[in-house]
Amino acid sequence: MFDDDELERIRESREDWEEETLDPFLEYGERKERFATVSNHEVDRLYTPEDIEDIDYDEDLGFPGEPPYTRGAYPTMYRGRTWTMRQFAGFGTAEETNERFHYLIDEGQTGLSTAFDMPSLMGLDSDHPMSEGEVGKEGVAVDTLADMEVLFDGIDIGEVSTSFTINPSAAVIYAMYVALADEQGVPRDEVRGTLQNDMLKEFIAQKEWVIPPEPSLGIVTDTVEFAVEETPKFHPVSVSGYHIREAGSTAVQEAAFTLADGFAYVEDCLDRGMETDDFAPLLSFFFNSHNSVFEEVAKFRASRRIYSRLMEDWYGASKDESKRLKFHTQTAGQSLTAQQPMNNIVRVTLQALAGVLGGTQSLHTNSYDEALALPSEEAVRVALRTQQIIAEESGVADIVDPLGGSFAVEKLTDEMEEEILEYIHEIKEMGDGSVRDGVLKGIDDGYFLREIQDSSYEYQQRVERGEEVVVGVNEYTMEEDTSPDILQVDETTRDRQLERLERVKEERDDEEVEDCLDALSEAIESDDNVMPYIVDAVKAYATMGEIMEVFEEHHGSYQETVTAI
Amino acid sequence: MSTENTETEERTVRCMIAKVGLDGHDRGARVVARAFRDAGFEVIYSGLHKAPDEIVQAAVQEDVDVLGISILSGAHNTLVPKVIAGLEEYGAKEDTLVLVGGVIPEEDREDLKDEGVAAIFGPGTPIEETIEFVRENAPER
Repeated sequence: MFDDDELERIRESREDWEEETLDPFLEYGERKERFATVSNHEVDRLYTPEDIEDIDYDEDLGFPGEPPYTRGAYPTMYRGRTWTMRQFAGFGTAEETNERFHYLIDEGQTGLSTAFDMPSLMGLDSDHPMSEGEVGKEGVAVDTLADMEVLFDGIDIGEVSTSFTINPSAAVIYAMYVALADEQGVPRDEVRGTLQNDMLKEFIAQKEWVIPPEPSLGIVTDTVEFAVEETPKFHPVSVSGYHIREAGSTAVQEAAFTLADGFAYVEDCLDRGMETDDFAPLLSFFFNSHNSVFEEVAKFRASRRIYSRLMEDWYGASKDESKRLKFHTQTAGQSLTAQQPMNNIVRVTLQALAGVLGGTQSLHTNSYDEALALPSEEAVRVALRTQQIIAEESGVADIVDPLGGSFAVEKLTDEMEEEILEYIHEIKEMGDGSVRDGVLKGIDDGYFLREIQDSSYEYQQRVERGEEVVVGVNEYTMEEDTSPDILQVDETTRDRQLERLERVKEERDDEEVEDCLDALSEAIESDDNVMPYIVDAVKAYATMGEIMEVFEEHHGSYQETVTAI
Repeated sequence: MSTENTETEERTVRCMIAKVGLDGHDRGARVVARAFRDAGFEVIYSGLHKAPDEIVQAAVQEDVDVLGISILSGAHNTLVPKVIAGLEEYGAKEDTLVLVGGVIPEEDREDLKDEGVAAIFGPGTPIEETIEFVRENAPER
């Protein structure tokens, strides 16, 4: 961005500065021998135009809303409207969550976000032995369409957009939502929302699964195909790096593995004969935002640039919408401390700020008490207010990509891009030219697990050695009595949920359920898209567990292959 | 005759790090497992999604001295007592040091300790502290 003469002058004056001004100061030394981000990426003392001499403004940065989207996904960004403040909620039975939904809608929220309990996430019914102790604990319990009817009672699903954080059993929840739209008379093409449904990152990091990776990927692709044809306003997959980072990866690994997962889905859809421009606009992403502000901003900007370029170069995307990386962000749960929990409000603020400076489309801010228990109402409110203060008071939302052109941030963006691409190429090589095959191979042989585990162990050692300061944990500690006001889940939840499940099973037509499950089984056998069959089954009130069992019968249940430490 | 001197040779502590229930958060469990191994303990990692009974069986078969249960799902009040009851059934409760790691609210801690949990290590506990605890409290053979 500077001509050669100018750069030469800057180089000379930098050398003068180092000799005359800097060196005398260095005699006193600096705080550390080496400065690095939370991902252990070393940073320099100072960045100058020399660091960005290779950047071509039009090619590499361009303007917001145009490829390669380095400066933002949309031209006006938050001047048009602020990011969506999407706080994730759900607990107990469908009745309780429905009440919370009505409260949020009355408060003006138009986007709902649903958290499910562990059994629902793992595709198990509430009466399964493994469900004991977990029903309604970390989210709402859903066994059958009857639960979804209660969950959305009094809510016109043509008017709201709903996000579902669920994976191995995502197709069943999606089918239930479609069935609900049919019941409410809402045309399917008006159904809006997002399904997390990213199975690849489950095997890599979050570790909720039912059947093995390859058939799991097949179901995800079925949902994409179904969405393209039936619910074109519904995002069937949210490709997620959040959990990869939470499992201990670095920022680079998070972005690299997530983009690789995204490309794996793209390749699987292309193999089905779909066209990139038909399905790519429906893909969205979900990232973590951690402590090192500039590293995070660089990660978001680099990811947008890589996605835009590779979608075009590798997968022939031609529509802008197919190259535009849109993402949700959540602040880093792992960074929260149980010690001096109020300090977490500040951590969340900085992480949220990084997400906003990085151009996120929506944001969840964590509650300060999450290292202690499920969040209390007050903590949830403070988390939401944090976003509102950033949006309304800080002024950072008034300028598009305000850090663009910063020597430091542009240089870090370049470095991140290079390191992310290195991983993506490595994965592609592992798959002999196919990113999808590389990802599947990496899952199978423990590549991702090792990469992430090494990073997380290395981080923990840096903390133990005091190289990474965690305020209140290894520095600035104090004796304290931590007994904040925390949310308790009603222990009768399970009983109430089991009663409903039993009633539904009594009232439904068992023969119809059997027929639907048989039809699903045949569809799996003949490689048909399973979605229409799941929709039929949920309409007959087949349970989530019954449906997932059909898949297990065909594909077997998955067991972790690598338990080495 | 063996010349080994049991007085000076430190006995190897056998540990199992276990994930109970449906909770898939294994970052902490894996970090602790590796740190235990680096500290010279023998370590077995259960893998994910184990029922309480599966963990009991494995702990008994492997004859472990220390059982570290990692749980972040909020189901600890149901699942941890089941594991301990299982150990008792096999007569293994007395000679197994049971530790719990994860997000355990303050008010649940006493109950878990009454059940027989020797110590609970919450987020931010230095691993060295956990290792020391094991060295000092691992049952004698």
